[in-house]
Amino acid sequence: MKFLDYAPAPESQALLNLKSDYGLFINGDFTPGRGTPFQTINPATEQQIAMISTANEADVDAAVSAARHAYDGVWSRLSGSDRGKYLFRIARLVQERARELAVAETLDNGKPIKETRDVDIPLVAAWFFYYAGWADKLDHAGVGPNPAALGVAAQVIPWNFPLMMLAWKIAPALAAGNTVVLKPAETTSLTALLFAEILQQADLPAGVVNIITGDGSTGQTLVNHPGVNKVAFTGSTAVGRAIARSVAGTDKKLSLELGGKGANIVFDDAPIDQAVEGIVRGIFFNQGHVCCAGSRLLVQESIQDDVIDRLKRRMQTLRLGDPLDKNTDIGAINSAEQLARIRELSDLGQQEGAERWSTDCVIPTTGFWFAPTIFTNVSTSHRIARDEIFGPVLSVLTFRTPAEAIAKANNTPYGLSAGIWSDKGSRILAVADKLRAGVIWANTFNQFDPSSPFGGYKESGYGREGGRHGLSAYLKPAVRSGSRSIPAVEHTPQAVASAGKKSASASKKSASAEKAAK
Amino acid sequence: MNRLAIPKTYKLYIGGKFPRSESGRVYEVLSHQGDFLANAAKGSRKDTRDAVVAARSALSGWAGATAYNRGQVLYRIAELLEGRRAQFVDEIESCEGVNAAVAGTQVDEAIDRWVWYAGWADKYVQVAGNANPVSGPFFNLSVPEPTGVVAIIAPQGSESLLGLVSAIAPALVAGNTVVVVANELAPLSAISLGEVLATSDVPGGVVNIVTGSPTEIAPWLASHADVNALDLVGAGALDWVELQISAADTLKRVLPPETGADAAAPALSRILAFTELKTVWHTKAIL
Repeated sequence: MKFLDYAPAPESQALLNLKSDYGLFINGDFTPGRGTPFQTINPATEQQIAMISTANEADVDAAVSAARHAYDGVWSRLSGSDRGKYLFRIARLVQERARELAVAETLDNGKPIKETRDVDIPLVAAWFFYYAGWADKLDHAGVGPNPAALGVAAQVIPWNFPLMMLAWKIAPALAAGNTVVLKPAETTSLTALLFAEILQQADLPAGVVNIITGDGSTGQTLVNHPGVNKVAFTGSTAVGRAIARSVAGTDKKLSLELGGKGANIVFDDAPIDQAVEGIVRGIFFNQGHVCCAGSRLLVQESIQDDVIDRLKRRMQTLRLGDPLDKNTDIGAINSAEQLARIRELSDLGQQEGAERWSTDCVIPTTGFWFAPTIFTNVSTSHRIARDEIFGPVLSVLTFRTPAEAIAKANNTPYGLSAGIWSDKGSRILAVADKLRAGVIWANTFNQFDPSSPFGGYKESGYGREGGRHGLSAYLKPAVRSGSRSIPAVEHTPQAVASAGKKSASASKKSASAEKAAK
Repeated sequence: MNRLAIPKTYKLYIGGKFPRSESGRVYEVLSHQGDFLANAAKGSRKDTRDAVVAARSALSGWAGATAYNRGQVLYRIAELLEGRRAQFVDEIESCEGVNAAVAGTQVDEAIDRWVWYAGWADKYVQVAGNANPVSGPFFNLSVPEPTGVVAIIAPQGSESLLGLVSAIAPALVAGNTVVVVANELAPLSAISLGEVLATSDVPGGVVNIVTGSPTEIAPWLASHADVNALDLVGAGALDWVELQISAADTLKRVLPPETGADAAAPALSRILAFTELKTVWHTKAIL
């Protein structure tokens, strides 16, 4: 063995107790779906893990009515403190079964075990623990006294942080008093179904959370279902647009957490080695499958060569391979489809004249893999500087002045995240003020916390997840005040308050009346 | 001998100037009794796009002004409106067919609404922002910021001045700039409000007022990629669902139509509807 060669250190799969087939979790029980089942595979080996059910229209309907029934009959009548106790139970059960969940997540998603073990699953527990405490304190959520739940929440989540996205959605929804129908991504349903088992252990009342699996059409049926009051979606901007269109004219409240093309800005006074670690964390964490990834590096011209040299040296130490190996830094790309997209955009980068450099790591023969890659000589008009690649691919651009850095960072229809690396506090504050992005990391990157609101500007979506603001996305004011001078009307963009879509103009005009009701 | 009065030419208010419609079109504004009052400019697609350009150019200055300064400028609008109270009462009387007392109450309410919103300029961030206790060595702060350019279809109902003020004031508080389509049948007080704005330290382009047909103009605003948000408060009679669908293409923030006496009632949530929450993580040194 040579320097930096490690013996294999695979995490054991022995603690997994997976079934060969999974049904839908509706009204507290697993039932077979009526659509065509599909297989979920390990993207590192392309081996089947289990068969997953597809929910058809009737199944979606059953899930929504189970959620409605649970809302009317049980959940909306429960005290806040009792709702909170269920959430605390869930948080504890997640902690107890953390290793099992981490292994299952790595198996199904392809991300390294060190990330599922140290980031994803601990944050899942933290999210439930945080929102558990909110359940009996809703008066302080910022929506006015005695706010009301919305009803049934339809939630559709992506494949990049499967269980963590589930927690981001379900924890605040339940704390606020809503019931839930959640659809995980097609390629990463497994941990959501294990989570359903946890709900059974927690003895959560039947129907409060329903988990239905399937592809995009199942998700579409769910968000379009007339029985849901809230739609929360995390995923691509294209699908987000389609959902915003389909929700138009209804009274469904909408949160969208969409794509990004985050700028990571490195000034010449930055601590370079720390910045290089931050650049790596920004784009190679989770194989770059991160909506808030720092996928555009903006480096000040005077230090460009130094930064790129050190970055390449650091990248050569990244270990790509078996996601279950505890020493692995870069796991598998989640699906063949995603790998094709990363390849297509990277090839385009070369064709457009950018200079491509990848680490010379060994690519396994089975599974989906992409070596960590950077592009230099990138200009702002290149597709690789504009489109979200959602893979371990970094585009490097340069700037001379802070004003140029800000202009380039904001030159995107997205506005989710940004990073600033500088030793000068006053510059960090001034630049952070000017960046049009919902989350900004100064001398750090890709930090998440349940108390910290997360979400985008512009075409990265609207609404926030996390913190007090994430809670208010699932609440509405209690009663409308009669007085003009005491405001109690809620104005949430997209929360169109009226009767059915494209209804007669009479009901279109009932906007304010509807707000008063429930 | 009676002196012959000098009637006013009512034009658009775009970028701090009062241009005619580039289309050369006008439409007749009639009194409640059906008498001719004025020819108002019938704003076109091009006028609307010019207004969006003006609003975009004015954004960084207005959003970057201190909250104290924005509050004072908004309060200044109330001062000047008070000084020209008689003119507004007169226009509302003739346009809306109400008596002087009713018109006066409307103007008073509009003035008070400016004052109420002016006071929010340096407070809404404190109420809606948050310091967040994250698990780690970070100082983490969430702060609301203006969304950007907000397009507004002003209320088309009976209280033309109050409806307009109720819709534009909250968007201005946070530092957004505005393109507003005025009340189609009663546009006179909107243009006169433009004159107040032009002389009350509101930078040119911060508020742009287009008169004409909301049915014709609204779709251009809903689909315009440089408009960040759409307030459909006065769009109840339009095909507003289509407008909302069109706005979804650029993921605009959209507020739905409202009607009734309480339409666009003053509310903090109306200010926050056109803000974006920014969360900044600052690393702390490990001592």
